[in-house]
Amino acid sequence: MSITSTEDTAERLARLEQTIEDLLSEAKRLGASAAEAAVGSSAGLEVGVRLGEVETVEHTRDNGLGITVYFGHRKGSSSTTDLSPDSLRAAVKAACAIAVHTQEDPCAHLADPSLMARDVLDLDLYHPWPIGVEAAIAIAAECEDAARGFDARIVNSEGASLSAHCGLQVYGNSHGFVGGYPSTRHGLSCAVIGEEGDTMQRDYWWTSARAAGELEPARLVGERAAARTVARLGGRQLDTCKAPVLFRAEVATGLVRSLVSAISGGSLYRRASFLLDHLGERIFPEFVRIHEQPHLPRGLASAPFDGDGVATWAKDLVSEGVLRTYVLDAYSGCRLKMPTTGNAGGVRNLVVAMGERDRAGMLKLMGTGLFVTELMGHGVNAVTGDYSRGAAGFWVENGEIQYPVEEITIAGNLKTMFAGLVAVGNDCDFPGSTRTGSWLIEEMTIAGQ
Amino acid sequence: MNDSITIARNSILAPAGLDDQDLDRLLGLLAGSDLDAADIYFQKSRLQSWVLEDGIIKDGNFSIEQGVGIRAVSGEKTGFAYSDALEYPALAQAAEAARAIARTGGQARVRIGQAPAARRLYDPIDPLESLPDEDKVALLKRVDAEARRQDPRVKEVTASVVAVQETILVLADDGTLAADVRPLVRLNVSVICEDKGRREQGGSGGGARTDLGWFLMEDRALAFAREAVRLALTNLEASSAPAGSMTVVLGPGWPGVLLHEAIGHGLEGDFNRKETSAFAGRLGERVAAPGVTVVDDGTLPGRRGSLNMDDEGTPTQNTVLIEDGILRGYMQDKLNARLMGMTSTGNGRRESYAHLPMPRMTNTYMLAGTRDPGEIIASVSRGLYAVNFGGGQVDITSGKFVFSTSEAYLIEDGKIGRPVKGATLIGNGPDVLTRVAMIGNDLALDTGVGTCGKEGQSVPVGVGQPTLRIDGLTVGGTGSESKI
Repeated sequence: MSITSTEDTAERLARLEQTIEDLLSEAKRLGASAAEAAVGSSAGLEVGVRLGEVETVEHTRDNGLGITVYFGHRKGSSSTTDLSPDSLRAAVKAACAIAVHTQEDPCAHLADPSLMARDVLDLDLYHPWPIGVEAAIAIAAECEDAARGFDARIVNSEGASLSAHCGLQVYGNSHGFVGGYPSTRHGLSCAVIGEEGDTMQRDYWWTSARAAGELEPARLVGERAAARTVARLGGRQLDTCKAPVLFRAEVATGLVRSLVSAISGGSLYRRASFLLDHLGERIFPEFVRIHEQPHLPRGLASAPFDGDGVATWAKDLVSEGVLRTYVLDAYSGCRLKMPTTGNAGGVRNLVVAMGERDRAGMLKLMGTGLFVTELMGHGVNAVTGDYSRGAAGFWVENGEIQYPVEEITIAGNLKTMFAGLVAVGNDCDFPGSTRTGSWLIEEMTIAGQ
Repeated sequence: MNDSITIARNSILAPAGLDDQDLDRLLGLLAGSDLDAADIYFQKSRLQSWVLEDGIIKDGNFSIEQGVGIRAVSGEKTGFAYSDALEYPALAQAAEAARAIARTGGQARVRIGQAPAARRLYDPIDPLESLPDEDKVALLKRVDAEARRQDPRVKEVTASVVAVQETILVLADDGTLAADVRPLVRLNVSVICEDKGRREQGGSGGGARTDLGWFLMEDRALAFAREAVRLALTNLEASSAPAGSMTVVLGPGWPGVLLHEAIGHGLEGDFNRKETSAFAGRLGERVAAPGVTVVDDGTLPGRRGSLNMDDEGTPTQNTVLIEDGILRGYMQDKLNARLMGMTSTGNGRRESYAHLPMPRMTNTYMLAGTRDPGEIIASVSRGLYAVNFGGGQVDITSGKFVFSTSEAYLIEDGKIGRPVKGATLIGNGPDVLTRVAMIGNDLALDTGVGTCGKEGQSVPVGVGQPTLRIDGLTVGGTGSESKI
C-alpha cells in the first residue's frame, strides 16, 4: 500500500480513502458506535554531501495508520506501519480490545458533524520534484562549496543536504467524512565550522518550501550558513546583569511556540498553563497581532481540515494585545465547555504583525543590550511561565554590535516578557510556518561570569 | 539454542516467507568488491500504552512498527533504503537502491554467518503480556489514589504506563547474524498542585528492560507518585534562583545528565572522525580533575540504556571514556571505527529500521569517589544544591552545554536552605570536569527515564553519578544575588 511511481496521485488517494472506509466499516462490524482513522504515506530522496564528497543517499518511504474507536464514551486506539489488509484488521481489533478497559469520558466523541470540511480546499501544496540522485548531489555540493569558500576561517563542514518529499494524507470518520490531499516538501540545509585560535563554532542555514522553485538558491544558503558561523567566532561571556534583549526573528518563533502551548486546550484543561483564564485579557502591548492563516497557498503548515476532520479557518489569536481565542480541538473544547477552534494537530501558519523597523532599526531602538541569535535547552516552565535558557548572540552598545557572546543564560517570566514586548521588527528572513520579525523585550536577567 | 534468533525468525522472517536462501541472495545483491560494508536490519516493534487522567482510564494505544533497513557503505559514502514491506521483491528493490552508492562492481557471494552465543542482560520476554490489561489499569488507579492522598493541594494527576517489545535481526557482509529481543517498560506520573493561586507541577517515573511486574516490586509505582507530589509541593515554596557563576553541588543519579551533555556527545566517534567535536584529537590529554573516571556501560543487567548487542550486532561493552581525569576513549560504531582505525565499542544504535545507525551512548556515568555527601554540602559557604533536572542540550563544536534544574536549593553556610525555581545551568564541556572539586561515595543511576535525541533520532539511555561539587558553573536564575 506504499507509493509506487507507476500509479498516479489521484489513484493513490482513492486507494487510501478506500482503506479508511474499509477500516471504519470493520470498526462498525466489531460493535464500535463511532470511529475515526488517519493514514499517511510518503516517499522521498535525501542526499548529503560533506567536504565535496557524497556522504549519504537515502531513499525514504514511510507509511502509517492510526485508528480510534468509540464504544459510547469509551475509546481505544491503535496504529501500524504495515498497511496490508490483515494488519489493518488486526489494528481495528486491537483498538477495540483497548476500549474494553478505558472508562466513560463524556468528552470522548467525534467532532460535531456540521463542522466537517465538506469541500477539501486545494491549497496548492503538491509540487513534486522529480530530481535524480546526481542532480540532487550537485545542488548540495554547490551549497557546501559556497559555504566553504566564503571565508578562510571556515575550516570544516558538517555538510549540506538536500531533500525532496511527497506524501498523501487521508482522514475519515463515521460521520461519513473522508478527505485527503497530496502535499510535497523540499529542503536544503548546510552547516559549517569556523575556527579562530583554539576555539571552533558551528552554525547553519536552511531553506524549505512546497515547490522546488521557491527554495533559496543553493549558493545563498551556503553563504548564509558560513556568514552566521564566522560571526560567532571570538565569543566571550558577559558579566551577570539585567538588560534589554532582542530575539532574532527565527529565535522569536520559540516565544510564539510558548504562547501557543500555553493557550492550547490540552494545557488549559490540565491547568498546566500560565495563561489559564486569560481569554479576553490583554497579555501583550496594544500593537501586537498574531494571526493564523491555515489556507495560505503553498504554506508549510497549511491544511484544509484539522485532525478531527473539522474545516479550518483564519483567525486572530491575539489582536490589540488581547488574547482572542484559545487553540482547541474537539476534545479539549468539550472539556473547557467551548466549541473547537479547528486546531486538532496544532496551529497552521502564524503571522505576527510586523513593525516598521528593520534589523538596524531594532538594534538602535534597543540601544545597549543583548541580541540573542541562539537558545539552548528546555528551561521553560509552562505552568508558571518561568523562563531560563542558555543563549548565544552579540552584545550591543548604542545600537551597534560590539562582539559575540556565549555561555550565558537569559531568564525572566513569559508573562512579564510578553507584557514587556517593546517592538516587533520587519526583519523576517527565515523559512517556516511562523512569520515574525525580531522581538525586543524590555528587560531580562543575563547570567554570565 | 539461541532464543532471540528463533523468536526473530518466527516473528519477522517466517510471516514474510523469507528463508536463509533469500537472505544469502539479498546479501549477495549488496556485497561487491567496491563496497566496504553492507548490512540488513529487520525490526518489529510492538507497543502498548495506557493513560489515566482526571481519575479515569482515558485512553490506550496499541501500535506495531515493522520494516527493514538496508545499508551499503563505500569509504565514507553510505547508501540507504528501507521498506515496510518485508517480502523478497521489496527487499531486493531496496538493496538495489542502497548499493547504487558504489558505482561499479558485480555481485558477490555471501553466506550469512553463525549466530554468536546469546547474552542475557534481560530476558527475551513480551512485556505487553506480562500483566493482564485489568492489572495495568488497576496499577494506574492505585498510582492516582496514592498521589491524591498525599496532600489536598494535589489538583491534577496524569499517569501512564508503556510496554514495548522490540525484536531485531541484523545480517552483515562481515558474517554477522545476530538477533535481540528487547523488552522496555516505563511508568510516568505528573501532578499539578495549587495553593493560594499559585500552581506548580511535579513529575516522576522510571523504567527498565523487564516486565511490568517490576513496578509492583519494592513499592516502585507508588513511590513515583509520592515523589511527583513532593516535587510539586517543594516548587510551590520556591523563590527566584540566583544568577551568575557559583559553586554547584549536584545530587547523585539523574543529575548525571551533566556527563551526557558536557562530555558524552563530544566523545561519540562520528564527531571525532569529522573533527567537529571540541574533544577531537585530545585522547591522552587531561580533560577532568584527578579522580574523575567516566564510563559508558551498555552491559548493566536490565537497565533502560543497556543492550545485549547494538543495532549492528556488536556486543555492548563497558567503555572507559575518562580515566582519573585523562581522556581515554571514544564511543564507536562500525563505520566510524573503521575510518579511524579503531574497533567498534558496541555503540552503533538507530531509532528504527528507517534510520541510519550512528555512535550513541548507552548508560553513561561517573564512578564513585570517597567523600561523604554531607561533607560535600558542608564545604560550601554559599552555592546551589541541584538534585533534579529536566533535559539538557550541547553544541559539540563549541563545547557549550546546558541542563535545567527542576529541584534545587540554596546552600548557605554549609546547610541546605530554601528551594529555588528551575534555572538553566550552562558550562563548557571540555573544562567543566576540571572544576570538579569533590566526588561523593554515593554513585547512583537514574530511575530509567532518559531518552537521548541526536540528528532527529531518539534512543533510550541511562545516566548516573555520585554527589559532585563543581566550582564555577553559571546559574541562570532571575535573582539579584549575583555575587555568590
